[in-house]
Amino acid sequence: MTATLTKPASGPEAPASADVVQPVSWRGPITYAVLGVIALMAFGVLAEGGRSSILGLSYSADKVQLAPLEVPSRTVAILLSLLCLAIAAYSAVKTSRGRRTPVWLGITFGVSFIFAFLCWAIAGTGGISLVGLLQGSLLLAVPLVFGALSGVLCERAGVINIAIEGQLLAGAFLSAVVASVVGNPYVGLVAAPIAGAAVGALLAVFAIRYLVDQIIVGVVLNVLVIGVTSFLYSQLLAPQQNVLNTPDTFDRLKLPLLGDIPVLGRVLFDQSVIVYLMYATVIVVHIALFKTRWGLRVRAVGEHPQAADAVGINVNQLRFRNVVMGGAVAGIGGAFFTLGSVGAFGQEMTAGKGFIALAAMIFGRWSPLGALGAALLFGFADQLQSLLGIVGTPIPGEFMLMAPYLATIFAVAGLVGRVRAPAADGQPYVKS
Amino acid sequence: MKLELRGVTKRFGSLVANDHIDLVVEPGEIHCLLGENGAGKSTLMNVLYGLLSLDEGEVLLDGEPVVFAGPGDAMAAGIGMVHQHFMLVPVFTVAENVMLGHEQTRAGGLLDLAAASAQVREISERYGFAVDPSALVEEIPVGVQQRVEIIKALVRDAKVLILDEPTAVLTPQETDELLEIMKQLKESGTAIVFITHKLREVRAIADRITVIRRGKVVGEATRDTSETELASMMVGRAVSLKVDKAAATPKEVTFAVSDLTVIDERGHRVVDSVSFEVREGEILAVAGVQGNGQTELAEAIIGLQARVTGRITLNGKELVGRSVRQVLHAGVGFVPEDRTVDGLISSFTVAENLVLDLHDRPPFASGVSMKPSVVREQASARVEEFDVRTESVDAPVSSLSGGNQQKVVLARELSRPLELLVASQPTRGLDVGSIEFVHRRLVEERDADVPVIIVSTELDEVAALADRVVVMYRGRIVGIVPGDTPRDVLGLMMAGVGQDEAERDAAEHPTTTLGQAAEGVIT
Amino acid sequence: MTVVTEKEPSPEPSEPADDRPQRARRGLVAGPAVLTALSILLALAVGAVLIIVSNPEVQEKASYFFTRPQDTLGAAWTAVSEAYVALFQASVINVEGSSLGQVFRPLTETLVTATPLIAAGLSVALAFRAGLFNIGAEGQIIAASIAAAYVGFTWDLPIVIHLVVAIAAGMAAGAVWGGIAGLLKARTGAHEVITTIMLNYVARFLVVYLLGLKAFQREGRTDPISPVVAPAAELPLLLGAGFRLHLGFVLALLAAAFVWWLLARSTIGFRFRAVGANPNAARTAGISVERSYTGVMLVAGALAGLAGVSQVLGTSGYLTAGVSGGIGFDAITVALLGRGSPVGTVLAGLLFGGLRAGGIGMQASTGTSVDLVLILQALIVLFIAAPPLVRAVFRIRTKGNVGVGQVSKGWNA
Repeated sequence: MTATLTKPASGPEAPASADVVQPVSWRGPITYAVLGVIALMAFGVLAEGGRSSILGLSYSADKVQLAPLEVPSRTVAILLSLLCLAIAAYSAVKTSRGRRTPVWLGITFGVSFIFAFLCWAIAGTGGISLVGLLQGSLLLAVPLVFGALSGVLCERAGVINIAIEGQLLAGAFLSAVVASVVGNPYVGLVAAPIAGAAVGALLAVFAIRYLVDQIIVGVVLNVLVIGVTSFLYSQLLAPQQNVLNTPDTFDRLKLPLLGDIPVLGRVLFDQSVIVYLMYATVIVVHIALFKTRWGLRVRAVGEHPQAADAVGINVNQLRFRNVVMGGAVAGIGGAFFTLGSVGAFGQEMTAGKGFIALAAMIFGRWSPLGALGAALLFGFADQLQSLLGIVGTPIPGEFMLMAPYLATIFAVAGLVGRVRAPAADGQPYVKS
Repeated sequence: MKLELRGVTKRFGSLVANDHIDLVVEPGEIHCLLGENGAGKSTLMNVLYGLLSLDEGEVLLDGEPVVFAGPGDAMAAGIGMVHQHFMLVPVFTVAENVMLGHEQTRAGGLLDLAAASAQVREISERYGFAVDPSALVEEIPVGVQQRVEIIKALVRDAKVLILDEPTAVLTPQETDELLEIMKQLKESGTAIVFITHKLREVRAIADRITVIRRGKVVGEATRDTSETELASMMVGRAVSLKVDKAAATPKEVTFAVSDLTVIDERGHRVVDSVSFEVREGEILAVAGVQGNGQTELAEAIIGLQARVTGRITLNGKELVGRSVRQVLHAGVGFVPEDRTVDGLISSFTVAENLVLDLHDRPPFASGVSMKPSVVREQASARVEEFDVRTESVDAPVSSLSGGNQQKVVLARELSRPLELLVASQPTRGLDVGSIEFVHRRLVEERDADVPVIIVSTELDEVAALADRVVVMYRGRIVGIVPGDTPRDVLGLMMAGVGQDEAERDAAEHPTTTLGQAAEGVIT
Repeated sequence: MTVVTEKEPSPEPSEPADDRPQRARRGLVAGPAVLTALSILLALAVGAVLIIVSNPEVQEKASYFFTRPQDTLGAAWTAVSEAYVALFQASVINVEGSSLGQVFRPLTETLVTATPLIAAGLSVALAFRAGLFNIGAEGQIIAASIAAAYVGFTWDLPIVIHLVVAIAAGMAAGAVWGGIAGLLKARTGAHEVITTIMLNYVARFLVVYLLGLKAFQREGRTDPISPVVAPAAELPLLLGAGFRLHLGFVLALLAAAFVWWLLARSTIGFRFRAVGANPNAARTAGISVERSYTGVMLVAGALAGLAGVSQVLGTSGYLTAGVSGGIGFDAITVALLGRGSPVGTVLAGLLFGGLRAGGIGMQASTGTSVDLVLILQALIVLFIAAPPLVRAVFRIRTKGNVGVGQVSKGWNA
């Protein structure tokens, strides 16, 4: 359970591989099997026959035109479900032999299941646009990515950042107001990280300097930001809408050549500047964290601050800087809610996205690329839910709205124990 | 480089941890700092290294006074430290750990791992360390981890190397290797300050010895000074190096472990088909170097390990698969290895800690309701009986010293009738007086016909207390031998050598002074 | 026994963080009370700044600040004093009231508003003592409200029984909603901060969905509002028809007494506290950490459920989507201010109840947004949590360790 000294695996030398018994849980194959059966029954066998599902693949304005994909709903759903069940069987065989199911198989399962679901859900309707689905997913993921990156920056240094929600909201607020007053969304985009950094600074001061519990500070800061932004909205923004709360939004910027690739081009390279900023931030943070001297020190501080201190690194100063930086990154994400979509600020408009971003960070194993992937998944769930709402599916609207939140619960419950947070995460560093 | 400390004083509130200490370390000298647990040796070195600030006095290097604001300054000045609890990041590689704080970079701050690895390999070859720069620290054995710590210091051109209790986690062989390394370093001109409480090591390697007691320097010695003399300097009174005990009179076998295997969270088999028996009225010691499965064995007996196969029977009752609560109620007493983490709740009072496992049984509770007055009454009685030094039974247990905290844990376990007592590292980190007390109580328990199992890495403790010894190595039992087996044989068995071969080996090669230095703690 | 072992610090480095919660709760009376008062003062000061900055009158006068500064300052003073006086008048006593009843009405309003805050605050405080963050009071209140309201307006039971059953149903539903998070934590280690927040959102959508169903709709209305609960299921009024104070307040106080007994005198509470202070030592002593996590979330959920019950069976009498009205988050600030003790939670609940009740009145009479109260609450808690900050601002020293300290253990605990 515990050791005051670092324990070796067993004994003075590393164990022979015969000693090692890998625990492989049956959770995987069981989940696959259950979902596969649901897919087969609900989407396939019990569905109405004779209907077809239409998947649009390009817009009329595209250079490369692709005809929409039209498939018989029931048949394709059954086929895809059978594929899912086949994967479940394969996984069961692997697990019984004590081997793990490869990740790409899990991804294949996920994709098949989702398409089976789609076939069923849009059967007989006008169909949905795949491009629209993917484009929307990416957009909805943007604040999640920025939030998760903020979490990564803070937690890799050992500070838990629950205040991502507040940082997003602060960024949204300040960017809208500044952009509206100055009349230029780019200036608003510069103001957003400043707001986020301010909240981050508060978190840093209370958690690092005054040693208040980090989760408590985060929760209280969220309440404070909601209070301040809502208060200023009622007192200032609402009465003076035209001056203070009508910012221009960002237009989409299509990248030449890259933007003309069928399907993916539209999705990835025909977005607003905030999205391109997101790509850049993910790459920069990833390289910085894992390949530079700064990154090594940050990770050391988050894993074993005493060791970092013992080689002369100033632990608390580094943590402080990272938390403020994290706040700034989350602030940019907040600008997405206003400048990147509707424009005007609304009270509590972040609606819990900050917490989903936290889950994305955990799901992504505290790595920027992982967080990107997890956020895209959550964004996809969100977008799917709203598209299906428009198209008119059998599931009641409120349950669709619940979906991203339920998904988060499953993600967190299923993953913890298999992921390792930075070892010193959440523990303040106090020198004697 | 000559290192000198003059009148160094460090206080923690009203406690004076270091009291006007003078120390001189000449270049190329191995200087031992000897003292029992709690004497202030580590504090002194932390002050020297810049981890703590000194209140009075000064530090001089080559005659010039220096002030260290932090470890960075100390390292820059040529002082390197290998800590007792390693300062290594487990998830980093060896190269990353060595380069931390001192990184070689290419353009733009990008890490130059190739250069760092090359540096590690170069030093490793020079001293024969055999360390792989790309290995993950959490996957290499403890002895190798220690060498990584030494490399860290050498990479920064350390001229004075401080080693804080380095042999606590090493096998006898690894200790020999370490002492060889120290000699090599000394030959290349590095001064070494070697902190320890183990007399045999000190006499094997030290050029000069400074003895510290309760924060003060009480004397100097050389390796010719006798062990008894050193011991009494350390403790301040004549110390008997033996435990007073009558011969054991073992009776029935009441506890048996059969074919026990424990698999840890990473999937490693840390206890491998272990079988042994214990009788009423005997002390069985599980000996072995830290990390060979003894900790997990003790935890498996009490029910703290999740993946256990095999059988554990106490008075005919099967214990495997039972919850901790059930095992405790079956009459097993457990003194855990790490009292502050697993044994006591620091913020609870002494009285509350004394009923941690019995809080819901009469007379402390009736039904769901607890009886605080009974709890405190009983607590007062226990505190009296075990001579626990505390302001009151309502004081938080964190205000007690290490020795008194361990007494609280013992008092709790011994306050109910036991069918088996398991004590893991019962005297780790304790001062001499507390060690004597604990040993005496363990023997008393044995004499009351309770089977006692102690797990200990200290060979002297094993030799003093055990009626029989089970030696473990890499999760397996190497042999079960009588308590008076010669130390040399035990040491070899702890390194994995089978009993017969060990006995032959020991007879043919009576231990060199270096081998003898591999073990030793005063009792 | 010959050597005198003096009290020396243990040779191992002691964990400073482990000590703080318990030391904080044992702080001397003078210390925390004075600190609380000063923190409130400081928060009011910051709030005043916000009022000034956002007041249209002040803004107008400020445009010619340098020619007639007294206008700006006068407007500023008026804005702040009006707001705070209105706050006081609406929460404590209305000095302009025509009858005795009217004068003390605000106080009764404070008590009504404080009732759910005390109950939910106890919920969060209890979870804290076991080392868990119950951010899900919001969702637990909603779940309990749904159940209690349903029993209240659907079933027809004799007079006292109907009320008891409705209360029981509500508290049970709250317990279940909390227990889900506790079970997930115990079985899978899922961190309760995320699961409880997610469950909050799920509950919010659930109540909207249910209010769209026939079974939950009030006759003749198309908006999402449920039928009124039967009179037999209503919590009786304590001061007669003129005031809104109902039995729920007494129930909340009883709940506080129960929580005190639970933590200080019961074996179950002993285990909760042990697990909250040091799960490793608790486990080694035979205490089941998993059972404690589940158990404490069940009780905490039931306590938050009591808040929901008091809303739906007492204060309003019917179910709407906004039934939880931010009580869940306020409860967190109440628990933090109360420093995890039942008595402190009651007092904190009364204070924040007063602020809330006062805020509504303040918005009505001066137009200052009620969100100011939220800001004040958050600031008070922040200042309480960082005594060195308050000390620095006021240049004083406090006795005892009065901070909030370290409770959380990171994601992998």
